[in-house]
Amino acid sequence: MTGIDWDILVPLPVVLALAGAGVAVVVTGRIRLQRAVSVVTLSLVLVVALALLVGADREGPLSVTVGGWPARMGVVLIVDRLAALMLVVSATVTLGVLLYSIGQGAASTDEERADEQAPLPIFHPTMLVLSAGVSNTFITGDLFNLYVGFEILLASSFVLLTLGGSAPRIRAGISYVVVSLLASVILLSAIAMLYAATGTVNMAQMAERLDALPEGTRLVLQLMLLVAFAVKAAVFPMFGWLPDSYPTAPAPVTAVFAGLLTKVGVYSIMRTQTLLFPGDQLTELLMWAALATMLVGILGAVAQDDIKRMLSFTLVSHIGFMLFGVAVGTAAGISAAIFYVAHHITVQTTLFLVIGLIERYGGTTSLTRLGGLAKLAPVLAVLFFLPAMNLAGIPPFSGFLGKAGLLQAGAEQATWLAYLLIAGSVLTSLLTLYAIARVWSRAFWQPPIEPATEGLERVPRGMTLPAAALVAVGLAITVVAGPLFAVTDRAAADMLERAPYIDAVFPGGVP
Amino acid sequence: MIPNLTLAVVAGVLFATGVYLLLARSITRALLGIVLLSNGANVLLLVAAGPAGEAAFYGRTPESDMSDPLPQAMVLTAIVITLGMTAFILAMAHRSWQLSQTDIVADDVEDLRLVELAVRDVAPHDEERPDVDDDAAGDDRPPGPGTDAVVEP
Repeated sequence: MTGIDWDILVPLPVVLALAGAGVAVVVTGRIRLQRAVSVVTLSLVLVVALALLVGADREGPLSVTVGGWPARMGVVLIVDRLAALMLVVSATVTLGVLLYSIGQGAASTDEERADEQAPLPIFHPTMLVLSAGVSNTFITGDLFNLYVGFEILLASSFVLLTLGGSAPRIRAGISYVVVSLLASVILLSAIAMLYAATGTVNMAQMAERLDALPEGTRLVLQLMLLVAFAVKAAVFPMFGWLPDSYPTAPAPVTAVFAGLLTKVGVYSIMRTQTLLFPGDQLTELLMWAALATMLVGILGAVAQDDIKRMLSFTLVSHIGFMLFGVAVGTAAGISAAIFYVAHHITVQTTLFLVIGLIERYGGTTSLTRLGGLAKLAPVLAVLFFLPAMNLAGIPPFSGFLGKAGLLQAGAEQATWLAYLLIAGSVLTSLLTLYAIARVWSRAFWQPPIEPATEGLERVPRGMTLPAAALVAVGLAITVVAGPLFAVTDRAAADMLERAPYIDAVFPGGVP
Repeated sequence: MIPNLTLAVVAGVLFATGVYLLLARSITRALLGIVLLSNGANVLLLVAAGPAGEAAFYGRTPESDMSDPLPQAMVLTAIVITLGMTAFILAMAHRSWQLSQTDIVADDVEDLRLVELAVRDVAPHDEERPDVDDDAAGDDRPPGPGTDAVVEP
């Protein structure tokens, strides 16, 4: 722990984003200045996140006690390799989405602007607060602070989802808000029970004390936490809210939600299942949940006629892959799951941004009305094709590498359930390919259904370039897959060992 | 630690009534359900604090007599969060009222599609069996808020 210099960086992703949000609210009247503030803020967050990844990989977990309170009384912030990697990926996609929305805002007509942006230009500050909430859940070492992080990101997601307050968005918003708040109440109750059982909300201390509890008590606590996070991660059977609410939001909002919000739930599941409840008492349950999530999600996707809704269902389905890795619970499984999360955040966000481009160009995302895009807009076709193939897991893309890692980890476990899951994963990949191919052949290849091409609008370069940049990031994950897998291997080994995390919070032993 | 039975029962009642209200289709009732549930969770945190003691003023109360201050701090945070969320739901309920003059949560897209399919399935039977006309008549109404169009097989 020589890294005083590194430790200083730990709270910055949250502090910078919140400060940036404050400044962005103050300068609401001056749109250019506000845009500059948010871009600079998120770029700084990205730089800090990259530095944290280097630091955490070299020095082990970095920790800071907020306000100098000793770890037992105050809140501890801790960044290990997993948290640092999540910070880097989330900062990258948030920045990409922000640039995209700026391109959209600069090009939209006044009429659209009135529709897309509420009375105050609140989009940028809210986006920064969302980023702060997401970062807070990643860097915290305190379960109650994790709950607060969730509430920060939920509150800002409520605002973003209901931007403009049109009837469909309000309808979708009501069910989203009620389901999210219900999950929060479950999480808060779980924290209350954990506090009653262990007398602490510090996760490192809790990890030590939980080991001493009777098995029945541990199981109840574990299940309550799992249910709360599974709702946020859209795991079967608690996924119904997601395909219902996401597609109605504006394209950049859907993109950032699809990339980040469910993955925060997956991250919390990973963190709590490895740190607080090591062992395999829930392996079977998690495996069945993973299988059902994959299959039900992808069957829902195949049935859709609208690209946005189709993608929302594939999002649910691919959460199953990450859960599979967590359920296997070996170093190989968790490492592959972390890799898959990083890959999926990038690809899913990119796809939703590209769908936004298609909507802008063709005026709709309905497969029954789109057609001939491959000839009319070849750039769009390429931008859609690459991440779509990546999502389906075609070699040599990162989606294939992540899935191969998961299948290998499952095969190493060699139980019949693991083999069943492997079969389910392969089937899900094929059905993903089918769903993607359906979009491709109907929207891109078949001749346009309506000859009315005069309605087609040019897509502004300000929107295309950020989307293209994120496509490139997705491809870059394939290129750096070797080193990335090395980092996730080390992260998974640390998480299973638990000692590095606990030692970072309590260097002199747990009180 | 000996938990307080009264508080535990109060938390249970709050959870039960909250869940009951949350199952309603009216936004206002769902909001009240959320409020009751949140308060149930807050009371649960107080149960977790253990037996009540003196106010936790450092230096004035002996440490052995203090009640545990940490859950109280957490409850305060949770109350503030619930306040903000309640305000947001109220704003949404108001906007929903402005838009559709109703307090009922509308059917979601997937529900509407199911109803359409079901109506399409029922329609040919109507011609063959005129006696089911009365039953199926309800399905001709546009599926909107509150109709709950359940189609009998």
